[in-house]
Amino acid sequence: MSTAFDLLLAAALLWSAWRTLATPQIGRAVILFIVFGLLLTLAWARLDAPDIALAEAAIGAGLTGALLLDAVAALRARRPDDEEGQS
Amino acid sequence: MSAGLIYAATGCLLFVLGLGGVLLLKALLRRILAFNLMGSGAFLVLVGLAQRDGTPDPVPQAMVLTGIVVAVAATALALTLARRWHALTGRDDIARVRDTGLQIRRKANDRRKAAR
Amino acid sequence: MKTLWRSLTVIALLGLAAALLVAVLGLPPAPVKLAGEVAAKLGASGVSHPVTAVLLNFRGYDTFLEVAVLIIALLGMLAAGLPPPPPTGSRNAMLPTLARLAVPLMVLAAVYLLWAGAFRPGGAFQAAAVLAAAAVLLHLAEILAPWPRDRRGPRLAIAGGFLLFLAIAAALLANGGLLRYPPEHAGLLIVLIESGLTVSLAVNLAAFFLLRAPEEQR
Repeated sequence: MSTAFDLLLAAALLWSAWRTLATPQIGRAVILFIVFGLLLTLAWARLDAPDIALAEAAIGAGLTGALLLDAVAALRARRPDDEEGQS
Repeated sequence: MSAGLIYAATGCLLFVLGLGGVLLLKALLRRILAFNLMGSGAFLVLVGLAQRDGTPDPVPQAMVLTGIVVAVAATALALTLARRWHALTGRDDIARVRDTGLQIRRKANDRRKAAR
Repeated sequence: MKTLWRSLTVIALLGLAAALLVAVLGLPPAPVKLAGEVAAKLGASGVSHPVTAVLLNFRGYDTFLEVAVLIIALLGMLAAGLPPPPPTGSRNAMLPTLARLAVPLMVLAAVYLLWAGAFRPGGAFQAAAVLAAAAVLLHLAEILAPWPRDRRGPRLAIAGGFLLFLAIAAALLANGGLLRYPPEHAGLLIVLIESGLTVSLAVNLAAFFLLRAPEEQR
């Protein structure tokens, strides 16, 4: 029973990680990365590691997600004099 | 197969997935995401392998706790560098660095001329 | 040519994945049981939660260096150039209200996590993460202004925790080994170090988000 849950969680981790790297929009990729972080929190809870689960939820999903969303917004803003520099 | 082994195997796959992302993706932000995936995979391997017989082991858990904090620090630094790169060149990848160096110098010269 | 390299890389990565899986799934049982050794020495460590004992006593040197790594990352950010402050003015009424409701609870939760780390899952890192998240929430609600790089308060807070740890380590080094706590004072020293670490790490993690270049400098 718990093995089935572990396998399902492992599959969800791998799927969300793959979609993070493969989805075309970068904003969606960051949100999928936050989802991956929360799924990883569940994995740590399953591994009897509540300290790591707390830290992963707060730092891995929360703070890293906030930093990434801020960077996505910043990298999306194109300065008007950069138009000819794009490839 | 115990829970530890399942997550250790998942960690291996995540690590290889992240490694592929860092090597093969172009956009800097995606490479930073892939690097974080590598780190998370390594953490799963650390804890999963140590607990493959089912008993919780505090030593790799403490190491992973340290690792998570160091990973967020590395991500913050990498994001700052990526944002700086984007502010200087307007690019979000680091292809063709030689041309980009020329672009940075040209833009700095233009800015200096405009300021006069 | 480029697709050839990419295909070769993918094939090599698949091979690496297969090799790692074979290695990981075929490992014999471990000869050393670290969990048992930690449990044996837990009584002399000063706390009763094994992860906290490992983090701050048995492997305290790793934690010490980790704080230094965080400070170095912050120095790297200061050297590379701080990002500009986020655009203001998109005030909706809900976010400041939510922030004002949630932040006192988050501070309370952080203090609890710090205290509970000695007996239950918790500790300095989790408490610092919750405090940093509270600071980021306040910043997003535009209640807390971004920090300019030369403000002394955050710098003193960040350096203070590390210097406290360094002072305790130096004092212990003068008495015996590096970070070798005398067992009757271990609990007190750990609480002291954890409190300093919480404040320092919280300000450091928040500074990753809150340190911004001044608006008019481009």
